[in-house]
Amino acid sequence: MSQPIIAQFQLNYGQFQLEVDLTLPGEGVSVLFGHSGSGKTTLLRCIAGLQRAPSGYLQINGEVWQDTKRNVFIPTYQRSLGYVFQEANLFPHLTVEQNLDYGRKRLANTSTKADLTAILGLLGIEHLLTRMPARLSGGERQRVAIARALALNPAILLMDEPLASLDNKRKQELLPYFVRMHQELKIPILYVTHSQQEVAQLADHLVILNEGKTLAAGPLSEIFSRLDLPLIHERQASTVWEATIVKQELDYHLTYVAFESGTLCVSRIDAAVGTPLRIQIFASDVSIALEQPTASSIQNILPAIIHDFNDDDQGHCVIRLRVGKQLLLAHITRKSKILLGLQIGMAVYVQIKGTSIFI
Amino acid sequence: MLTAADITTLWLTLRVAAISTVLMLLLGTPIAWWLAHTQSRWKGICNALVALPLVLPPSVLGFYLLILMGPRGPIGQLTTELGLGTLPFTFSGLVVASVLYSIPFVVQPLQTAFAAIGNHPLEAAATLRASPLDSFFSVVMPLARPGFLTATILGFAHTIGEFGVVLMVGGNIPGKTRVVSVQIYNHVEALEYEQAHLLAGGLLVFSFSVLLLMYTILKTSPVAHPFK
Repeated sequence: MSQPIIAQFQLNYGQFQLEVDLTLPGEGVSVLFGHSGSGKTTLLRCIAGLQRAPSGYLQINGEVWQDTKRNVFIPTYQRSLGYVFQEANLFPHLTVEQNLDYGRKRLANTSTKADLTAILGLLGIEHLLTRMPARLSGGERQRVAIARALALNPAILLMDEPLASLDNKRKQELLPYFVRMHQELKIPILYVTHSQQEVAQLADHLVILNEGKTLAAGPLSEIFSRLDLPLIHERQASTVWEATIVKQELDYHLTYVAFESGTLCVSRIDAAVGTPLRIQIFASDVSIALEQPTASSIQNILPAIIHDFNDDDQGHCVIRLRVGKQLLLAHITRKSKILLGLQIGMAVYVQIKGTSIFI
Repeated sequence: MLTAADITTLWLTLRVAAISTVLMLLLGTPIAWWLAHTQSRWKGICNALVALPLVLPPSVLGFYLLILMGPRGPIGQLTTELGLGTLPFTFSGLVVASVLYSIPFVVQPLQTAFAAIGNHPLEAAATLRASPLDSFFSVVMPLARPGFLTATILGFAHTIGEFGVVLMVGGNIPGKTRVVSVQIYNHVEALEYEQAHLLAGGLLVFSFSVLLLMYTILKTSPVAHPFK
């Protein structure tokens, strides 16, 4: 079991202040989420040592990298980390292969080197080795940058909005690689983003930052459906469930996935039975009925209990429901809520119109 | 044809220029690095000091150097105490003066190159286990190659062509401090126009070729572009 990451920083730039005290799991993907100016990149740079917080304590994998009280500050180049910048930041005077070797050559202990062939395969860049960075596409550049960081076999991987500089098509091209990294890498990943889609697809653990302070931190499913956070009123509010494929219905191009307390039917996913995946259900795709609808075009109808709700002032209402053990968010109008007489603890049926599936 | 005296001055000139260029690169690189990266409030003053020889009449610079390095000047007293004697009218004095006079031509291209590279490649190198010195040699030097090339060529060529400072500090001692530009002056004074033509024309062709070479190389340099 890997040791938790402890990150405490105070930093004051006048206009901007950072004050965080975080304990993050020493495995899986922790996403630092927030709008621009929230301090998420500054926090990541402090963890890397690229920026030196005047006061802080940082412990990664049992090693202390910064402890102001004991006057400890390990410079970046002596920290066992991999860093992926928003712009790939490849060395333009070196080929892809030389870029990949740059850090490896400088590792003191050769036995700790990562298996480069596996990394090349994981990121699909075997065919690019002799190219110069200027002759790569944006997505390829970013994949090489990730491979360059992973080639060091670091204790932690830090990624600063690695998709932000890419257009949507390239993003969709790169995300599957991230999901694979998520499944195959043993090291913790700290991932900075302002995209809810990336959060839903990648995060195990979520930290929401606002104006340099931690608004919330915890497991993804818990944070995503918390009523006290501004997240749930946004149009993209959603819940994410872990599930596995249980059945393929080829005639109708449908796939059945099982989550902890039920089964959902979704558009065909081209993967084997038993494949784990994530389903993201947008609150706007969920409607509520008092009785089980018998004649409906909607396939996914599940029994649920109303857990609690939250009104905004614009006539919208967020209902939080329990489907077995899972939480689910529904956006309905306040009028519907009153007409149906919805109360906490009521047994209802939810109809799910659509889902996003991430393998 | 060139006389033996002409060839001696040519050889001396090349030696002064070569030694000065090496010294200017060694001295100018850290200065340029500091100027490109510092946020100190002294930056403006230092920038102005480095650029001063560009606008100052060479005779002014030469005059003050002569006084500073003379037997009563602070530098002169220091060199005397160190057992080096005084520097004016010696080869070493000539080199010192040349370095001070031509250093803006080395510092400014380097400073521009370092500033254009910026911090991103340095940060990338740091996350890849390269110490600051290591990343200077493995990343900054190759990326700043056009800057180093420009600095070397301009520094060298400018030293070859100097006259005023040389005359003030070095004087006109054959084989010791008499460089080509002074020799041309001597020839003209003596109405030896043919000899003057040979040396002056030579310098003209030399300077033009050097600049042409520099701009040709810079145009085809693969890393003359900002960091991506």
